[in-house]
Amino acid sequence: MKCQELLAMLNEYVDGTVDPAICEQFEKHLADCNPCQVVVDNIRQTITLYKDGKPCEIPAAFRDRLHLLLRQRWRETRG
Amino acid sequence: MNDRAAEQPDEELVRQAKAGNLDSFETLVTRHEQRVYSLALRMLRHERDAEDVTQQTLLSAVEHLHQFRGEAGFATWLLRIASHAALKVIRKRKGLATVSLEEATEPSDTLEQVPHPEYIADWRQSPDELVHRNEIQRLLDDALDRLDEKHRVVFLLRDVEGLSVAETAQALDLSEANVKVRLLRARLQLRELLTRTLGDPAARLTRSPHSPR
Repeated sequence: MKCQELLAMLNEYVDGTVDPAICEQFEKHLADCNPCQVVVDNIRQTITLYKDGKPCEIPAAFRDRLHLLLRQRWRETRG
Repeated sequence: MNDRAAEQPDEELVRQAKAGNLDSFETLVTRHEQRVYSLALRMLRHERDAEDVTQQTLLSAVEHLHQFRGEAGFATWLLRIASHAALKVIRKRKGLATVSLEEATEPSDTLEQVPHPEYIADWRQSPDELVHRNEIQRLLDDALDRLDEKHRVVFLLRDVEGLSVAETAQALDLSEANVKVRLLRARLQLRELLTRTLGDPAARLTRSPHSPR
């Protein structure tokens, strides 16, 4: 397996959906290709950082206005 | 919202809402509004625009609830409406006529043309340590902002909102193959941008030994 081939299958590998036979080749490549190993680590860390980041708080005043509007529209459209 | 409603699955609440129960609908909104707003804000980076998109999405849900067939989850349905609304705002900002995501497919959307990583280095800190640093959110937002919106929306739905590839494809009216390529591009580009700041220059590696070049 070449680096470029590994790159093409990076999603499946990181998401754990890669075919077991290919996974073995993938890991064999990683074992003696440090740059690819670091890229895989970086990608995992990148995803983790975004996933675990703070959610954007919905402003309370906006939320109140929104619910008022939704109730109003609900009644209008459902008579 | 009462406690019993809060424990019910989306499917049941949707059924009740379709039968005319406003409380059930509001429970659904309360459950998912944060995700809709987060997606809109990360797509648009502008609070007022994110509020507009959130409002538009949920009003649309009131009006079109009867058309929701439940093939996708309720959250996916909302995120679908929000994604399209946010993309519309972006296109408007750019002064472009609205084009669908599918039309925006470019020849570069193939795996063969995915750019090879340039800056390769271990990070100086782990994500666990990094999340406590105040400036990190800014770095993440700035990096996201540099992605083309068609890559950004795929990354946000798949990796931040946790939709599957199939659900992301469904939400954006794209093929799964297309979602995968866009996701790979987004992940690689974000990795590149973050590593330039978070990577340890002393640990920087040169081109990988197996590269064709």
